[in-house]
Amino acid sequence: MNEFLQQLLNGLSLGAIYALIALGYTMVYGVLRFINFAHSDVFMIGAFAGFYLSRYVPRESLAGGFAVLVGAMLICAVLGIVIERLAYRPLRSHSKLNVLITAIGVSLLLENVGQLMFGAKTKASPVLFPSKTFTFGGLVVSSNQIAVFVVAIVLLIGLRFIVMKTRIGTAMRALSFNPIAASLVGINNDVVISFTFGLGSALAGAGGILYSMNYQAIDPLMGVLPGLKAFVAAVLGGIGNIPGAALGGLVIGVIESFSNGSRWSTWTDAIAFTLLILILLFRPGGLLGKLEVEKV
Amino acid sequence: MLARAKILLFGVISASLGAQALSGHINPYFLDVIIGIGINIILAVSLNLINGYTGQFSLGHAGFMAVGAYTSAAVSIFFGPHFLARLGGGGAAIALLFFIALLAGGTVAAVAGLLVGAPSLRLKGDYLAIVTLGFGEIIRVIFRNIPALGGALGLNGIPGYTNLFWVFAFAALTVYTVTAMVNSTYGKGFLAVHDNEVAAEAMGLNPTKYKLVAFLTGAFFAGIAGGLYGHFKFSIDPKGFDFIKSIEIVVMVILGGMGNTVGVIIAAVILTLLPEVLRPVADYRMIVYSLLLIVLMLTRPQGLFTPRKRALAERKTT
Repeated sequence: MNEFLQQLLNGLSLGAIYALIALGYTMVYGVLRFINFAHSDVFMIGAFAGFYLSRYVPRESLAGGFAVLVGAMLICAVLGIVIERLAYRPLRSHSKLNVLITAIGVSLLLENVGQLMFGAKTKASPVLFPSKTFTFGGLVVSSNQIAVFVVAIVLLIGLRFIVMKTRIGTAMRALSFNPIAASLVGINNDVVISFTFGLGSALAGAGGILYSMNYQAIDPLMGVLPGLKAFVAAVLGGIGNIPGAALGGLVIGVIESFSNGSRWSTWTDAIAFTLLILILLFRPGGLLGKLEVEKV
Repeated sequence: MLARAKILLFGVISASLGAQALSGHINPYFLDVIIGIGINIILAVSLNLINGYTGQFSLGHAGFMAVGAYTSAAVSIFFGPHFLARLGGGGAAIALLFFIALLAGGTVAAVAGLLVGAPSLRLKGDYLAIVTLGFGEIIRVIFRNIPALGGALGLNGIPGYTNLFWVFAFAALTVYTVTAMVNSTYGKGFLAVHDNEVAAEAMGLNPTKYKLVAFLTGAFFAGIAGGLYGHFKFSIDPKGFDFIKSIEIVVMVILGGMGNTVGVIIAAVILTLLPEVLRPVADYRMIVYSLLLIVLMLTRPQGLFTPRKRALAERKTT
């Protein structure tokens, strides 16, 4: 029973990180109907931003940790906005396939520039928050995992507030329903799209920091697999649906944690993709989403 | 047009037979590069049928290549010795063995293509790309978990049966098959499914069948290319058939112009030579690749070799 709870806890912790990344995918899909392939690499940049920023703050301090987190989120937000401006906006009138290919190009560019600039070798993650391990009657909880939960919950509540209660959040939702109508009522689509990218990228950056805290190592290709799994999570929850992405992230994290602890651990990656294919076959709308009918 | 194509096909096959006979005189390094070009032509042209002509954006082509490579290698390694012993082991016996191995690889890859194509029937654009990517990864993980085929360490000891003749004979066959298919009356259906599936269905075509045929055929030839690759490199491992490999083939198709077979062939040649040319700056190869993709999409999304008129048709119509 203990083992089960421990795996569950690890899974929820991992799932929270996947949820943060999945939110970026789902928000961009919501406003642009486009899957941002480069999102996983923004996650990686967030982790590296944390690595380099951590040199300027004292180790293991709470304030220092938060400063690095906020710094990384800002850097990633800017990166996301720049990418959208340079690579995606000029192609908005082109076929979706072209934008997808460009996104793949941006993703590869970030990965390879990262390898060149940071070196392809794995680096040890900086220690950001005071690290302690707590034991609750047999369950081992590290302070890093607590940090993950706290940060993830705060960010999720913040996101919900932005999306539901602010004007720009309402504009995002309007855009996701109907871009033309949104511009007709006076919304500046370009600004809202840039904001969406910035927001999603900031969350990915936070995910990068949290991931590096929990997994001790960072490298320029670290974004590929978590990114794909987070995408699966977004689809699982219903792509375009924000609570869905959070739910999907948790589900995928828990499944992966249990899979890693079982004797089929070498198949863990395949499990995530198989899940994706099954969802798209049997419930393409995802757990919480609605299926869009293609109108002629 | 078809008569000319057939003449061309037999011409190339004979020429490659002749070239193979003379291949002892060619610098081995050049020989390697040329064989690499031939294999990439098969991969790019087969992917072009799926991506370019039928408009199904598949990012898992390396997976089919892997299936073909492992299957044909398994035939050569496990079945080969019995076969050769029964037939006396001469050149003709080896040729027959290799032919069987390649066909086996292609066929199993085609089955994989069917398995990948079937779920793809309902998916469009982005989703299809991700699912095919996922399938490619699943195939890779499966091979990594089969100890009999080497597992994560790869399969070694594959006999080096590949030579100029085999590669270019199959390259010619691939180009002929794809071109003949697409230019036939039946084949217009591929283009129809690409342009507007709903309209195609309204006209009485079955988009499902066309997509499946495209995946099947494309996967078959990718499997053949995989078999040729395995018997060229003497050993294969799952890492060599990952997402990056798929992307490299996709870049060839995009550079050449989706749906432009001649352009794709030229692109395959260029992109096989590029790493060799860039060898002094090999570290920057992938950066060049990715910048190429981005710049190409921003400035000339129809590919380098497609004329402007066709390009206009590629823009969004809604």
